[in-house]
Amino acid sequence: MTKNLRVKTSKFIDETYKISFKFNRTTYYGYKGDTLASALLANDVHLVGRSFKYHRPRGIMTAGSEEPNAIVQLHNNSARTEPNVRATEIEIYEGLEASSQNCWPSVNFDIGGINNFLSPVLPAGFYYKTFMWPASFWEKYEYFIRKSAGLGKSPTEPDPDIYEHKYIHCDVLVVGAGIAGILAAKTAAKNGFKTLLLDEKSYLGGSTIYQNIENHKINNQISNSWLEKEINEIKKLKNLEIKVRTSVAAFHGYNFLLARENLTDHLPLDQRKNKTRHRLLKIRAKKVIMATGSLERPLIFDNNDRPGILLSSAIEKYANLFGVACGEKGVLFTNNDSGYETAISLFQKGINIEAIIDNRENIDSKLIKEIEKNNIKVFKGYTVVNTSGYKRINNVSIMQLSKDGQKVVGPKLSIACDYLGISGGWTPAVHLFTQSGGKLKFRDEDQVFIPNIYSSDQISIGSCNGDFTLDEILSSIPNKLKEFLDLKKSDYDDLEVQSSFNKSKRNIWLLPSDKVIGKTKPFVDYQNDATAKDIKLALREGFRSIEHVKRYTTTGMGTDQGKLGNMHALGIISETAGSKMGELGTTTFRPPYTPLTFGTIVGRNVGEYFDIFRKTPIHEWHVQNKAEFENVGQWKRAWYYPKNGESMHNAVQRESKAARDSAGILDASTLGKIDIQGTDASEFLNRVYTNAWSKLAIGRCRYGLMLNEDGMVYDDGVTTRLDENHYIMTTTTGGAATVLGKLEDYLQTEWPELDVYLTSVTDHYATISVCGPNSKKIVSQVIPDLDFSDKSFPHMSFKNAKIDKIKCRVMRISFTGEQSYEINVQANYGKSVWEKCMEIGKEFNITPYGTETMHLLRAEKGFIIVGQDTDATMTPIDLQMDWIVSKKKYDFIGKRSLYRSDTIKEDRKQLVGLLTENPDEVLEEGAQIVADIKKSPIEMLGHVTSSYYSPNLKKSIALGVVRGGKNMIGHKLIIPMENKNINVTVADPVFLDKENKRINA
Amino acid sequence: MFVINCPYCGEREQSEFKAGGEAHIIRPKQPTELSDDEWAEYLFMRKNIKGVQFERWNHAHGCRKWFNVVRDTSNDAIKAVYKMGEKPPTY
Amino acid sequence: MKNKYSIFSLIKNAFSHHENWGMAWKDPAPKKEYDAVIIGGGGHGLATAYYLAKKHDMKNIAVVEKGWIGGGNTGRNTTIIRSNYLWDASAGLYDHALKIWEGLSQELNYNVMFSQRGVINLAHNLQDVRDLKRRTHANRLNGIDAVYLNTQEIKKFCPIINTSQDIRYPVLGGTLQRRAGTARHDAVAWGYARGADEMGVDIIQNCEVKGIKRNEDTVEGIETTKGFIKTKKIGVVAAGHSSVIANMAGLRLPLESKPLQALVSEPVKPVIDTVVMSNAVHAYVSQSDKGELVIGAGTDDYISYSQKGSHDIVEGTLNAILELYPIFSRMRMLRQWGGIVDICPDASPIISKTSIKGLYFNCGWGTGGFKATPGSGDLFAHTIANDEPHKLNAAFNINRFVSGDLVDEHGAAAVAH
Repeated sequence: MTKNLRVKTSKFIDETYKISFKFNRTTYYGYKGDTLASALLANDVHLVGRSFKYHRPRGIMTAGSEEPNAIVQLHNNSARTEPNVRATEIEIYEGLEASSQNCWPSVNFDIGGINNFLSPVLPAGFYYKTFMWPASFWEKYEYFIRKSAGLGKSPTEPDPDIYEHKYIHCDVLVVGAGIAGILAAKTAAKNGFKTLLLDEKSYLGGSTIYQNIENHKINNQISNSWLEKEINEIKKLKNLEIKVRTSVAAFHGYNFLLARENLTDHLPLDQRKNKTRHRLLKIRAKKVIMATGSLERPLIFDNNDRPGILLSSAIEKYANLFGVACGEKGVLFTNNDSGYETAISLFQKGINIEAIIDNRENIDSKLIKEIEKNNIKVFKGYTVVNTSGYKRINNVSIMQLSKDGQKVVGPKLSIACDYLGISGGWTPAVHLFTQSGGKLKFRDEDQVFIPNIYSSDQISIGSCNGDFTLDEILSSIPNKLKEFLDLKKSDYDDLEVQSSFNKSKRNIWLLPSDKVIGKTKPFVDYQNDATAKDIKLALREGFRSIEHVKRYTTTGMGTDQGKLGNMHALGIISETAGSKMGELGTTTFRPPYTPLTFGTIVGRNVGEYFDIFRKTPIHEWHVQNKAEFENVGQWKRAWYYPKNGESMHNAVQRESKAARDSAGILDASTLGKIDIQGTDASEFLNRVYTNAWSKLAIGRCRYGLMLNEDGMVYDDGVTTRLDENHYIMTTTTGGAATVLGKLEDYLQTEWPELDVYLTSVTDHYATISVCGPNSKKIVSQVIPDLDFSDKSFPHMSFKNAKIDKIKCRVMRISFTGEQSYEINVQANYGKSVWEKCMEIGKEFNITPYGTETMHLLRAEKGFIIVGQDTDATMTPIDLQMDWIVSKKKYDFIGKRSLYRSDTIKEDRKQLVGLLTENPDEVLEEGAQIVADIKKSPIEMLGHVTSSYYSPNLKKSIALGVVRGGKNMIGHKLIIPMENKNINVTVADPVFLDKENKRINA
Repeated sequence: MFVINCPYCGEREQSEFKAGGEAHIIRPKQPTELSDDEWAEYLFMRKNIKGVQFERWNHAHGCRKWFNVVRDTSNDAIKAVYKMGEKPPTY
Repeated sequence: MKNKYSIFSLIKNAFSHHENWGMAWKDPAPKKEYDAVIIGGGGHGLATAYYLAKKHDMKNIAVVEKGWIGGGNTGRNTTIIRSNYLWDASAGLYDHALKIWEGLSQELNYNVMFSQRGVINLAHNLQDVRDLKRRTHANRLNGIDAVYLNTQEIKKFCPIINTSQDIRYPVLGGTLQRRAGTARHDAVAWGYARGADEMGVDIIQNCEVKGIKRNEDTVEGIETTKGFIKTKKIGVVAAGHSSVIANMAGLRLPLESKPLQALVSEPVKPVIDTVVMSNAVHAYVSQSDKGELVIGAGTDDYISYSQKGSHDIVEGTLNAILELYPIFSRMRMLRQWGGIVDICPDASPIISKTSIKGLYFNCGWGTGGFKATPGSGDLFAHTIANDEPHKLNAAFNINRFVSGDLVDEHGAAAVAH
């Protein structure tokens, strides 16, 4: 029978709005405003999960994003299920279903709990020392290790939710809406700064807003009511945007921050449809004010991890904000005055406190007096040495501390309880500050790291800056803000603050015990089960650096990233090693501050929006005519056009034959097109291509090969001289952008004296290539006014023309070895010109062909494809294209590299043709080529780069690169496949019409 | 992610730019007269400085202009930008 | 042997509450002189020292590390180990390493958790298919166990990959090397350190090199934050900082140091049992034994030593991850970090003598050095001890950038057409 521990109404909880939810299949009730943690506590449920390594029962420990233990699997649905959700963060909604993780069969009875009894042989890093025998067994050990590790379970279906990104530019970003953040946001916004205020919680005001004790007053009002008025005021400021449920994940350089705005996780499931789940805010802020607050430290003693042990501040928050008691018999253990604030809050709510254990001796403050007035027993100078209760704490053992705090003395007392609050003081939340490149300094008085050197235009204020008490915060903030924002005065210059908080703290990182440490389990990292003795073991074994200790013991590497225990780990290291804490440094706080959903980072860039796809102006025609498409770079290119369920092979054979027998048509619009103008255009081409350009006549076209400065072939294409100072260059489809970038680079940085202008016009033109013996008949009907006679319009020339008054450029160039015309027309006319060609070509059986046929046709002719027949290790000489390398030109890009000692070698890999012994055997592209299969190791001479069955030659043909291939024409070589060897003969790479009769026909 | 002050367009997000490596490596005027060693020095060898580096950037998704940046590579702080051909500032 | 590690020693030590374990390595002050000094206490440097001591009988050696051992790229990489490289020289180098990996835990008596769970490389376009087939054929002839898989076979081996043909860059096939896998990165550094220390190697941490002293063209020693150390042989294994050390010696290297990022998710129960790499969409993923998805992101294009990269790179990587594994959308990124990778123009390493006598460089591993750690250490030790490269690293000499005989693994993944 569960108890109801809801104690008193809280204005943050709507008791008229009851919500049912399931935890481990049991139905419970809570109210709107509850988190899963507060609702469970209200039902007296503390046991929530099992720890990572020892499978120890664990409960709710905190009330915020630092929670290490209470992490659950949310939703049962295989698409929406979510592992490792912090019960302290998730707001309950109707229909919520959560279950414990890392336990089997249940959180109450977990087989893995056996690890707790094996723990003596499972110290830090035990896995480095064992599982090595027998050698082949690691895979089997690993199988079990992996199964028992991990926490929750990954979804198994795609995520149905939507995520999005938003860019925000602001003058001032305030991170954290506690009292410091509220003051900062108001000051900035009222002074004309465009301000953004973010907080990860669902409400504003931080911990001040729910603290309701007489000891903290501002201008004679209790601090929470004063702050409430301020909050109401800032909501009206039009310069200020406020976002709650928004957690800043990362603080990068140049004040670039990422924040996750949670939009639907708190809504009932039926209200989430079609809504964006998370929004990733990409924020560029001119100035950043960090007001991220601080995290309460736990205390490190034997068995400090039992369900029912919570941070003292969490107990206070559950009582004040949620109206929930964490149990019926409470004990608080503190080393500072915060524990008493909790006690007073509990007392006010009528929640029982049995005793307060304070490790300070001779301590006095108004808060303590008030507690003692109410007959709550305070044990001063005592420490907790142990706790008991397997699945819920039922007892604490305490002993007196020696004067130096190094050991415990006197008799052991025992106090029965069902919850224990612990407070080890406060740690400024400097995680984001350090992410931004800020440097910390260590403050010895209270053993905290605080911001010291800022790397960008930002400040830290409030408790994240080490000002923990209300009077410290409010007295420092006005001046800091005025200086940071360059203001003369602020609204808060004359605040009257009353705060009675004794700032003394007795910091003992590892509390002494009556047992030897080896027999204790003082947890430092709760989730990963790293104890103080693990840290000491690491130090003993020579792991000195904090990073080594962290990695060896896994301290701070859980889903909470060590928000609670990292400081204690540092403290224990410095105490054990005798080094000063300030010198030890901290581990690096890595982004994100709290784990960030992949979907949030990705936003809308999923599915069809993963990458744009570029379509040619004729794309729709290809789709209508059932083309299959190939991805080339970002382009979709028609690959082949299967007719009546034809196979790819059959389609390509048909298309290839038609192109040679009569006419084929290709959409070549994807080829890169660069418009080159200027008085030095010819000189420019001379420098970027291997061949000479100055003498190219106007109206003529020339093929060019472009090298990298390392001498390797980079790109190729035909360039046409349109006018004296005007060229149009074509590039490969995939190379268009990089070629333009490279040309601009040389032009602007190496040859600024050249008068040349480059413009990408790839998308401006549609390019339609009509080839085949009947091509001339077709294009001369498409453009009847143009003289297509060979004399007037020979191969490698160009003419301006008009199709129905629309200007176009016609080039007679060929990549197939057939007579071929390329019509370039303004992109939006592309489809109609294509259709016109199709219509007119009908009588000649004009056949559309795709990239596969294009590849086949050019291979018959021995034309290379850069990127397929070359791989950035091929020079033009290797390609047997010596003819294109000008000997006369003084220089061109890559020229010098062609004459290095290794690039002039004769036995480099060279492009050759390959013919199979069996003409029907088609080689596999990528297959290796060898001369001798008996040799060991086998010497690979090269590989097959292109290979097809040629319907025109009625045999298999291939191109390949072969070491010394230039001089091997007629040699027999072998292609060793997995199950057979194929005999080939080295041949001339031009298989068809070496004399160029067809092109010039 | 940096904000880079393009000398032609003003401050823009880093994602609009492409880096072009070490600046002021002058392409030899007479490459054919260099030894293989000298050519390799130009082609491949780099200072790869940790500290203040003079480097090239291109406003690839903007004005397409190349320009120079002075940046401390140890912490990515940009110290100055200047146009191609301008005298480099001293650091 | 000190403190032999085994289940028995663990049980024995449990009785004394693990109070009696000895130091895995000592923390000595530097001596005045060593026969060789290795600059850089990452996996490669420690392995070099280990093999110098073990195979070349050089005991008076030191490893100097400016921070803590294994704290650079060794502790920051995504631990992928494979040897299915295209060129003979690369295949020889990486398979040499892979063979050592296979017995490394036993050799070091330190469980480096080498997990041969297989590595898949995906093809997303027709040229990828050609390239991967070419590589697989070459691998087979070089005795490397890579096979080509079609889309269905990929799906069978790793069911969570989205192999739908309707996605933007569908999976058209891929290669699988079964002997490939992952290892525990820290353990590699620590295991080699422990092994080297045992043979008398001094591992000197928090010792930054400030200068290299040379007499004409011969090295004489190094200036460090812990004083001058005399030595005739210096092996530099400083990864991203190689150029910094080279500049001290008046050398320039063909390197650029760039940010490379990686990230892990929160830990979950086993969901992916192999390593999947996709060059085309740029997504590498595996799952650590702890349960975290380990995801490699790309490099930024600018030089930086800040160990930070741009968010765009991380975002682009996760875009690709969700394209290939839509089920991971609700998984959460737990940590992201950056390393500094030293990249050669041909994307192959340098393991080489230099023009200065006694100065050796092992660098340029770019984004893929971890997998080579044992082989790199072994071959570099050979090169330092004999002042001559081993035949397996002869091709990775620094002179290739002069002669033009590059080992272009990078270029071999071809340019688009």
